[in-house]
Amino acid sequence: MPVIDLAQTGLRELNAALHSQGSGTNETLWEVLNPRGSHAVAVGVNAPIAVEIKGSVGYYCAGMNREASVTVYGSAGPGVAENMMSGEVRVKGDASQYAGATGKGGLLIIEGNASSRCGISMKGIDIVVRGSIGHMSAFMAQAGHLVVCGDAGDALGDSIYEAKLFVRGAVKSLGADCIEKEMRGEHLHALQALLNRAGIVDVKASDFKRYGSARKLYNFSVDHADAYG
Amino acid sequence: MSYENPPTIPRKSATFDDYTLSEIRRAATTGIYDIRGGGSKRRLPHFDDLLFLGASISRYPLEGYRERCGTEVVLGARFAKKPLELKIPITVAGMSFGSLSANAKEALGRGASAAGTSTTTGDGGMSTEERGQSQTLVYQYLPSRYGMNPEDLLKADAIEIVVGQGAKPGGGGMLLGQKITDRVANMRTLPKGIDQRSACRHPDWTGPDDMEIKILELREITDWQKPIFVKVGGARPYYDVALAVKAGADVVVVDGMQGGTAATQDVFIENVGMPTLACIRPAVQALQDLGMHRKVQLIVSGGVRNGADVAKALALGADAVSIGTAALVALGDNDPAYEAEYNALGTTAGAYDDWHEGKDPAGITTQDPELMARLDPVLAGRRLANYLKVMTLEAQTIARACGKNHLHNLEPEDLCALTIEAAAMARVPLAGTSWIPGQAGF
Repeated sequence: MPVIDLAQTGLRELNAALHSQGSGTNETLWEVLNPRGSHAVAVGVNAPIAVEIKGSVGYYCAGMNREASVTVYGSAGPGVAENMMSGEVRVKGDASQYAGATGKGGLLIIEGNASSRCGISMKGIDIVVRGSIGHMSAFMAQAGHLVVCGDAGDALGDSIYEAKLFVRGAVKSLGADCIEKEMRGEHLHALQALLNRAGIVDVKASDFKRYGSARKLYNFSVDHADAYG
Repeated sequence: MSYENPPTIPRKSATFDDYTLSEIRRAATTGIYDIRGGGSKRRLPHFDDLLFLGASISRYPLEGYRERCGTEVVLGARFAKKPLELKIPITVAGMSFGSLSANAKEALGRGASAAGTSTTTGDGGMSTEERGQSQTLVYQYLPSRYGMNPEDLLKADAIEIVVGQGAKPGGGGMLLGQKITDRVANMRTLPKGIDQRSACRHPDWTGPDDMEIKILELREITDWQKPIFVKVGGARPYYDVALAVKAGADVVVVDGMQGGTAATQDVFIENVGMPTLACIRPAVQALQDLGMHRKVQLIVSGGVRNGADVAKALALGADAVSIGTAALVALGDNDPAYEAEYNALGTTAGAYDDWHEGKDPAGITTQDPELMARLDPVLAGRRLANYLKVMTLEAQTIARACGKNHLHNLEPEDLCALTIEAAAMARVPLAGTSWIPGQAGF
């Protein structure tokens, strides 16, 4: 198992080594020591490998990830797993702003809390947060699922498109065009599957409420102009 | 002749002119602001307000068509391992597939490649047509991140982080439902037929310190191979350019308010931002103050139409220019051959700007298959290549007349201004004087 100590080795060497791994690599498990809040750790990886980061990271950890499983044994700074395409990113601690921003695929699991704008402009990624999320989360969320086992802050799902939001606790307020929706069987099924994949076994899917788009802002109407203001 | 009660002729208000009255009526009827494409249409201080002095006794001209006048430019050598090497300092600006048809994007790629320059994607991602036909393709990284994916990022030759554009500094984009076809919707992960809104700022960073980290991330993902451009709308060019340089940009693009957009509010286009002419010298000053002029390249866009505009922008310190609206016209946009159809749309050739409606008779700003088919991408690409070559020849002609053996050797001292405003903005003397408004001694 390759071990890269960022106290000894530069970020460039780490990412270059990870980028050199192809789909058939034998080096399937990597360990990164002493990240010490470094930015852009394990970004742009495109191989079915596991990367275990032993400590907290700065901005954009696992950005644009494809296929890899990245685990942060600590907390993550802003933009963890931004624009992820596939694979899995797990944060054992808390995540700062913009977690999973614009992600198109894969699964992001945050075992602690996530700050504001979690899932902003998400485009197909699935995000599961064991704790709570901050304000303006799922802003302009286009596709994918955001599961929050705790509470959600102000303006959840503002200007949302077709993403599906599940919140177990309280929602401080909903954003423009975001409404509570009926939780049907297919939603319970999808939610339970996400909880299972995230390894969360102590909460029930039936305890959640579903939120999504009222679709009133999809085509401009002067009668809805106040919603833009 | 009677002198009793002589009538005056009807007098219309200069303030409430016919266009203003029509806009008030339109707003009162529809309840929505006017949306259109293109850039500012108002009269602004521009390159036309500058003249080249040419050589005489004190300056020695080069022989036209005989002595070399170089046009090549390298973009992005500051940090990127693979900077762009272009034959001409005229690039094609970012315009999205979605706002433009696939044939139009292909034509832009063909024309730019034939002329030895680059073209640029836009909101909505990289189309196969433009990547296939663009020898050098700049991939825009926009706030919406529609269609953004690492696979295309790695296919690009350079990355352009779009902070803003001249038509709407501080504003987001829009693509109305008429143009959200199945293909466009799929590329942008949106429902078909909705009015697409684009965010006005990036979703995962705020401010210049964050942008520095974002640039680091993009460099790491692309293994430091690709030049990174930062594009800003012409608002505060001195500070924006300085901050882009500080954040690590290889190239800065400054887009003045004559620069076009696919669609935004007319009130935004006409009332926010600064004229291109007013942006260049502050941008160059920022580079000079940081010791980065010619190390970080400056691309200027917004209303560049001919080789004289190119030469003037370069003389003021730009390394290259970028064209958008002019490139579309070269393809066939607003062609009088379609006058009857423009009339049917309530407009006339040369004034058509309802690009968002998707009814473009020229087949350029549309996703309608029948209209799109009107644009032959091979022929249109050839027209663009011709136009780019003419612009280059024109700029060379002027540069030789000023005694310069490369377009980059043009300098502000080769210019004078026709108006006080242009003299102040371009920081060159008013013609026939040594007066530069705002400079010490006056």
